[in-house]
Parts: sequence; structure tokens; C-alpha cells
Amino acid sequence: MRPEVLTPATELEMLLPASARTWLAEARRQPLETAFPAAARKVGRDRLSPAWTTDQAVRVLLLVGAPATDVLDVYRYGDAAEKLAVLHALSVADVAHPLDDQALPIIEDAIRTNDRRLLAAALGPYATHHLPQHAFRQAVLKCVFADVPLAVVDGLPKRVDQELIRMMSDFAAERSAAGRDTPADLEAYLTCPP
Amino acid sequence: MRIFDPHIHMTSRTTDDYAAMAAHGVQALVEPAFWLGQPRTSVGSFVDYFDALIGWEPFRASQYGIKHHCTIALNPKEANDPRCREVLEVLPRYLAKDGVVAVGEVGYDSMTPEEDEVFATQLQLAKQFELPVLVHTPHRDKAAGTTRTLAVVKESGLEPHSVVVDHLNELTVKEVADSGCWMGFSIYPDTKMDPDRMVVILQQFGTERILVNSAADWGKSDPLRTYATGQAMLAAGFTEDDVDQVLWRNPVAFYGQSQRLDLTGTEPDDTYEGNSILRGARA
Repeated sequence: MRPEVLTPATELEMLLPASARTWLAEARRQPLETAFPAAARKVGRDRLSPAWTTDQAVRVLLLVGAPATDVLDVYRYGDAAEKLAVLHALSVADVAHPLDDQALPIIEDAIRTNDRRLLAAALGPYATHHLPQHAFRQAVLKCVFADVPLAVVDGLPKRVDQELIRMMSDFAAERSAAGRDTPADLEAYLTCPP
Repeated sequence: MRIFDPHIHMTSRTTDDYAAMAAHGVQALVEPAFWLGQPRTSVGSFVDYFDALIGWEPFRASQYGIKHHCTIALNPKEANDPRCREVLEVLPRYLAKDGVVAVGEVGYDSMTPEEDEVFATQLQLAKQFELPVLVHTPHRDKAAGTTRTLAVVKESGLEPHSVVVDHLNELTVKEVADSGCWMGFSIYPDTKMDPDRMVVILQQFGTERILVNSAADWGKSDPLRTYATGQAMLAAGFTEDDVDQVLWRNPVAFYGQSQRLDLTGTEPDDTYEGNSILRGARA
């Protein structure tokens, strides 16, 4: 994975207020399945930076060093906020690198849902690196259907290929035949192919 | 009128219902885990259902500006099916979730020994997770079932103020009022309570410790019965502040005991001492 797009865990630690750091140290001694769901109630949900809230940052840090089975399990039994935190964790180097491609089932699950937040979060750098091309094209088209702006897809425009352009063009033709507008962020790909 | 429906099964309802509820002032709701009409035959069906209650359904509700929380439990009807008993083992995982604000629906259906055991076990889980409890009372033999319910609650050692005993009527309300538990009423088109009978109970017992819900589900029911009850209260001379207490502040106080209620983004009370400061600006 391209190292420049991943966040180091130390950067997240530095964002945390002291109270959240104290709780995190305590929570690391608890079972993950207890600490992970409780995190938001314990540390709050304040925004720390454009990309991170306190609960998400703490949940991601709880996953540093966790074996792949635990990460998959926490996602499997997570509510929407927990699932989002696991997806965000895959853009953090200290979580993503040791997992290699073992977290791919999580990305595939999130793409299958109809929850726009999960779909958008699934298409970060981890998906750019690990998601097979066919699944990537389908996910991009699903974003168009679900009104997820294409700007949030990390793999765009670099993973665009002729087949994706064809799928986008067919979609635009279908919309036009139905008398509906084509989303503006799709037009850009149709008029300036790679 | 702002409304918090403390008991409604949105999984069974359409997006038209969400839109109509939002248009009539429903800004928050609690969806209790219950049975689905069709019996389930394995723990996996419950796990998927619980996942929907903490994932998909809150997302659906949020698209209409409605805050969705839920309660989690093995319901009394399916407590009798040995194939569903393993559900008790997965409950702790769900009772730890932010969106889960009570243990429920627990209680009696047919008053069997299995129901006794599952009810008592889940009351202890409520203690362990520091959550309030939503107790269903049976439709058959309701008065005897309510008496037995109150005895089991008392024996559990739970504080009465952390328990709501639901689906009450004229014959069961007094005993629950005396117990110190919260009193829940389901307002239905044909069965259970109706808005005018509810108003009479409110006149007799006051507006404290009372929750009014639509309990709308997959049967003949109406998600706007809470609104209809608010209108019936106003027509009978209750103030807007009384309506706000019953339809908003009471459920907030009851489920707020979980410390997990997240009502950010809901609109504040638009009444002050019974006068609407918006002067009819909203429906």
C-alpha cells in the first residue's frame, strides 16, 4: 500500500484529549468486545480534526495490534458506528499493514450494504490497494446510485479503466433515456477519459 | 407537538410511515425487540434481527430526521421454543451497544416455567448492564399476568422506577401505579387502548410515570396513534405542556436512565407554560 496515504497511529494518539488517553490505557486491559462498544459513551464524540472524532480515534487505536480474527469479529457484531470505526481503521498504517488482505471481507460486506456511510468509508486506501478491479468498478457505480460523491473514493481517478468508463456511459444513457439528470461528478469521467 | 414513541416496531413499517410520523412531530422512537409473527427457528435469525435494530433501522429512521434507539431481549413468546434459548448467550454482546437503551420486551405470554426462567435471567442482565427494563404484559389472562409480573420484578431487586410495565388497561393500571413502576399504554385502532380511553386514565392517574405508545407492528396498527392521543388530550382540556410531558419528557426520562439516549438534532420544546411560542408555525 502507498505509505503516504495512510495515517500513522501516533498521529491519532496526539489528537486525543488527556481524558480519552487515560480511558484508552485502561480499556487496553479489557477484552476488546467490551471496550470497543463502550468507547463512545466513555470518551465522547467530539470532532478532533476534519477526519476524526474522539470515539473513532479511540476505537481505531484499540485495534492496533489486534489479531485479524478480532478485527473481523468486532466488525461482525458492531453497530453502524463501530463498523465505521473499523473501516476507518483500515486507513491507519499500524492496523492496515499487519492485516494485509485479511480485512477484505469487511470491505466487501460494507459495499453490499445500503448504508451510504459504510459504502463511502469502505472505499478508502485499503480498498484502492486490495479490492479486485471488477468489485471496484461495481462499488464506484453503486456510489453513483447511492448519491455518494465520487470525490470520497480514494481509488479515483487512478483506477479508472475503459470498462468503468463504459459502465458509467451506459448508466448516463439510461438516465438520459428516463429524462433524468446525470450526476455532475460522473460527467467529468465521461468527457475526460483517462 | 413533539413526540417520542417509546414502543414501535419500525422494522415492519414502510418509508411512508416514517414520512407521516415525521410530519406529525415524531422526532424520536424506541424499537423493542419482539417476535415477528412468523416464529424463528435458530439463534442466527435473532442475531440478524438485532443487527438490523442497531444498524440498518437507525439509518432508515435518520433519513426522516428521526432518532432511533432499541431494546434487546429474548421475547416471552419465543422463550418457550428450545431452539431459541441460545439467544440468551448473545444478549450481552448487544446490551453493550450505544443504541440499546433498555432490556425488552421481556415478561409473560403464556406464563410457563420457561418464561419464568427467561424473564428472571433477563432482569438480572438489566442489573448487570445498568439498563431499564420494558416488560410486556400478556394479552390472555392479563390481570393475573400483571400481578405475577410485578411480583417477579419485586423479587429481582430492581428499582421500580427503572421498569415500565406495558400494554396496560383500565383493569391493570392501578396495581402498576401502586408498585412505583412506570405505566405503559399501547394505543391501537381496534384492540388494546384507544385515545379517548387513554385520556380518561390520564385524568384519573395524572401525567407522571406514564408512557403512551403506538406499538405499531406488522398487524393492524397505526404509527400516528401517539399523535391522535395528544390531540385527544388537548380536546379534553389538557395543556400543551401536559401533552409534552406525556409524549416527550416522560419517555426521555425513562429511557434516559440508560445514560445512552442521544437526542442531538431534535428540536427543543416549543411550548412554555402551555403556550406555543411558534404560534402554529408547525403542524
